[in-house]
Parts: sequence; C-alpha cells; structure tokens
Amino acid sequence: MNKKMDRVWYAVFTVPLLLIFITVVIIPFIIGIAYSFISWDGIPANPKVFVGLDNYATLFQDERFLTSAWNTLKFTVLALISVNVFGLLFSLIVTAGFKTSNLARTLIFMPNLIGGLILGYIWKFIFTDGFKQIGASTGMDSVFFNWLINPEFALYALVIVFTWQMAGYTMIIYIAGINGISEEVMEAAKVDGANLWYRLTRIVFPLLMPSFTICLFLTLSGAFKIYDVNLSLTNGGPMHTTELFAMNIFNEIFGYGNYGLGQAKAIVFFIVVAAVTLTQVVITKRKEVQM
Amino acid sequence: MKHTAKTVVSVLIAVLALAFLSPIYIMLVNSFKTRSELYENALALPSSFSFEYYASAVSKMNFFTVFGNSLYVTLATVVFVIVLSSMTAWMLVRQDHALSKVIFLSFVATMLIPFQTLMMPLMQVMDWIRTNLHIPMLNTHEGLIFMNIGFHAGIAVFLYHGFMKSIPIALEEAAILDGCTKFGVFWRIVFPLLKTITVTVAILDVISSWNDYLLPSLVLSDKGLRTIQLSTFYFFGEFTIVWNQAMAGLTLTIVPIVLFYAFAQKYIIKGIAAGAVK
Repeated sequence: MNKKMDRVWYAVFTVPLLLIFITVVIIPFIIGIAYSFISWDGIPANPKVFVGLDNYATLFQDERFLTSAWNTLKFTVLALISVNVFGLLFSLIVTAGFKTSNLARTLIFMPNLIGGLILGYIWKFIFTDGFKQIGASTGMDSVFFNWLINPEFALYALVIVFTWQMAGYTMIIYIAGINGISEEVMEAAKVDGANLWYRLTRIVFPLLMPSFTICLFLTLSGAFKIYDVNLSLTNGGPMHTTELFAMNIFNEIFGYGNYGLGQAKAIVFFIVVAAVTLTQVVITKRKEVQM
Repeated sequence: MKHTAKTVVSVLIAVLALAFLSPIYIMLVNSFKTRSELYENALALPSSFSFEYYASAVSKMNFFTVFGNSLYVTLATVVFVIVLSSMTAWMLVRQDHALSKVIFLSFVATMLIPFQTLMMPLMQVMDWIRTNLHIPMLNTHEGLIFMNIGFHAGIAVFLYHGFMKSIPIALEEAAILDGCTKFGVFWRIVFPLLKTITVTVAILDVISSWNDYLLPSLVLSDKGLRTIQLSTFYFFGEFTIVWNQAMAGLTLTIVPIVLFYAFAQKYIIKGIAAGAVK
C-alpha cells in the first residue's frame, strides 16, 4: 500500500516537468535526427523526400559552411584565450585586498547582464563612428577605423565584444576559486621566500584547476554557440567573413528554406560541440589537484 | 608612505573598472546629443540635454508594452522552473532507483545540445500541437513560457539535485510520522531549506529569459507580443540607423537591468559563483 502511494507521489512530483521537457527537448532532438535524412523546403504541402546521407555529403562540400566552421574555430580559440586571460587578471586584481575591489567587481560583471543583442548594437556604434572619429582626430587611422567593414578585423571586433560580455562572468568564478585557497598555504610560501610569480604558477594556478574547468567549458560552449552578438554586430558580414556556425545553420533553414540540409548541419554542430566540450572537461578535470 | 601607495592602487582599480564600462558612457552621452554634435565628437559630453530622442524611441519601440511582455514571460518562466524543478529534483534524490537515475542523466546530458540543433524540429512539434491538439503554442506568451521551462529544466534540476543531497532526511521522516503528506513535507519543510539554491536558479533564469532573442523571434510573430529584445531588433531593422535615437532606445532597454542589478547585486554575484561551482 505504502509502496503504491510512493509511486503516485513520484508521478505527481515529476510528471509535469518531464512532460514539458520531453515535448520541448527530447522529441525535437529525436525527430531532428530524422529530419537530417530528408530533403524538404519547409512548406507543409510539399513532399519530404528521404535522401539518406546526401545532406551530410552535401554539407562537407558547402564552402560557406566550411568557411563558417573555420571562422568559428578561429573565433573560439581567440575568445577562449582573451576571455580567460582578462577574467583571471581581473580576479587577481580584485582579490588583492584594495578598498575599491567590490566596486570594481560589480562594474566589471555588469556587461554580462545586458544581453548579447544589445551589446552588439552598442559596439556597432563604437566601431562605425567612435573608431572613425578617434582615427581622424589622432591620426592613428591604421588602428582606429571601422573594423566591421574589414573582412579580417570584423572577426576580431566580435572577439572584443564577446570578451567584454564574458570576462566579468569568468572573473566571478575565478574569484570564488581564489577565495577557496587557504591563507595558510600562501603565508607559508611567502615565509619560504617564494616570489609572486612562483606563488601564482606553483600554488594558485594548480589549485584553481576546478575554476579553469568551469570557465573554459563556459567560454568554449558560449563561443561555439554565439548568435545574438553575431547578428547585431556584423550580421555575418562583410561577405560572410563573420558568419559563424550558429548563424549559418539559422540562415540555411529559415533563410534559404533548406530544412533537411540545415538540420544535418545542426546535427553535425551538436556532435562537434559535445565532443569538444567533453574532451576539454576530461582533460582539465584530470589536471585538478587536491589540497 | 605605504598607505599612500595603497590609496593610489585603489584609485587605479576604480579607474580601470570605470574605463571597462566606457561603451556604456558612449551610449549614454550620445543619446542626448543632436545629430551634428554626435558626428563632431562621439566621446564628448553633450552640450545640452535633450530628451527628444527618448520620447521618439519610447513610442517607436512601444517601450511600455514590450517591457510588460518581457516581465510577464520572465516572471512566469522563473516561477514555473523553480516550482517544477525543485519538486522533480526532490523525488529524484529521495527515491533513488534506476528510473530516477535515467531521468536525471537525461536532464544533464541534454544540456549539451545547442539550441540551434533543436529549433527547427521544435517549431514543427509546436505546429503539430497547434493543428492537432488545438493548443496555441505558437505566437502566444504562454507557448514561449512553456518552451522556456523545457530549456531551463536541465540546469535547474541539476543544481537542485546537487544541493538536495546536503539536506538531512530526519526532518522529513519526523513530519511524515506526524501525518504530513508528501506535498506538505516538501512545501513546508524542504523548500524553505533550498533558499540559497533557489536564488541561484532564479537569477540564472531571469538573465537568460530576459536576454533571450532567438527563441522569442521564432515563436512570437504578432507585433503586440514582442519582448524587449525583439523590439530592439526590429527597432534597428526598420529604420535606417539614426544613432542618437538608437542610443536612446538602447539606454531605455538597459535601465531595467541596471536597476535590477543595483538592488540584487550581492545575490547575483553570489548566485553566479554558487551556480558555477556546483
């Protein structure tokens, strides 16, 4: 009797969320795999033709897709380095015990709350007009020009905006990690005469490995999936040089109406994101040390 | 001597942090400038404060309506995510059998799926529900809230699950002996103990639903239903960019977030740290 009631309560507590979760995540994922084997233009009246692996063969010959893959890779590597270097640097400054630390922490985190779309628009103005004006008035127009219309610099502009968005977030996580390192260990090292660099590389960084695992994971998956900032800052231009993975998939499906091909790209995207992030987590987890 | 050095570094740190926010300064000062002033010097303070561009941005963005829409979607999402995920996580922890493990693992594993992998089939599923079950999933706020709950469930269950293990079971057993139902045990005894992690879940959810653009852009097509993010997008798309008006529009969208941050700053920063370490 009691067992039966337990089961009833179990269902009462879990079924509502499970129902939503299955409808929104599980079923779309499964039929998403099926869609990647058909050719369809998205119009309900038109037939869905089974084409087997054709979509997968096509996407590897799709130059724009391969370019977007290469751009995404370049962007992700640069963003990964930039976000974490700045995040770590800020966290070290903010935990050094100065009076204005709390203010700095609060301000530096703020861009993260604003939202990618809006951040992109703010920077669009800075790059198009702000940079042009600075260049004209200082004469340094080889550095300060409109980065967004230059095929090479537009991607770096994207890295800058993403760094501005994410550095504060990783800073918060690094701060939590640094605060977890015991004072005694640091004191002992100081007494033994270890200099700042030695203390950082031999004590702080190894003990921060769990924070590295999380921050690298968050920046890696965030950079791979970036869409909002991409849309508002460059919209993929100039000449598709900043069209990243996520945007290419969106355009293939909803822009050109190639539902099957676009979905095949989306599945490849999932496999790449899952493989890369899981590999990173396994590698950095292995490097974590116990105190 | 040492004291002065410390003050100097403190000031430098404050200056660094303010410099970090200079894009916001640029947005703010240019929202008050006239066209010619803006093109003369984008970095200078405005010579006169004109709220003209704010007025036109408010009306063109339909600001108060879209603010209300965003607020409704965000609040409803957060409340449902908290209620449903905490209940689910509790059962998964307390009745720890094979089924619970499978359910928990699917919540965690699917966190790896990028939204772009799901967006097209999701729209097909929602369209199917609309035509066959006559539930209006597309082009309604409630449909968007339903989908938000599904996408936020994974991380919320994961966070609650991790936290729940630290809650002693003895209290719950005592309440059961006193004749409390499971419902009573959860809401009266367990849920209040989850406060820390509930704050974290709430903050992560507020940020992600308030700032979401892609899902609302797929779900909502009526102009009157637009959220702040959608309306910002159309605001920039519909008019050739008049930068001072655009800056006024952006400033408006940021004001609610800055106010929220000013009030909940301590919890937000703590919540982010707690959410990441779990």
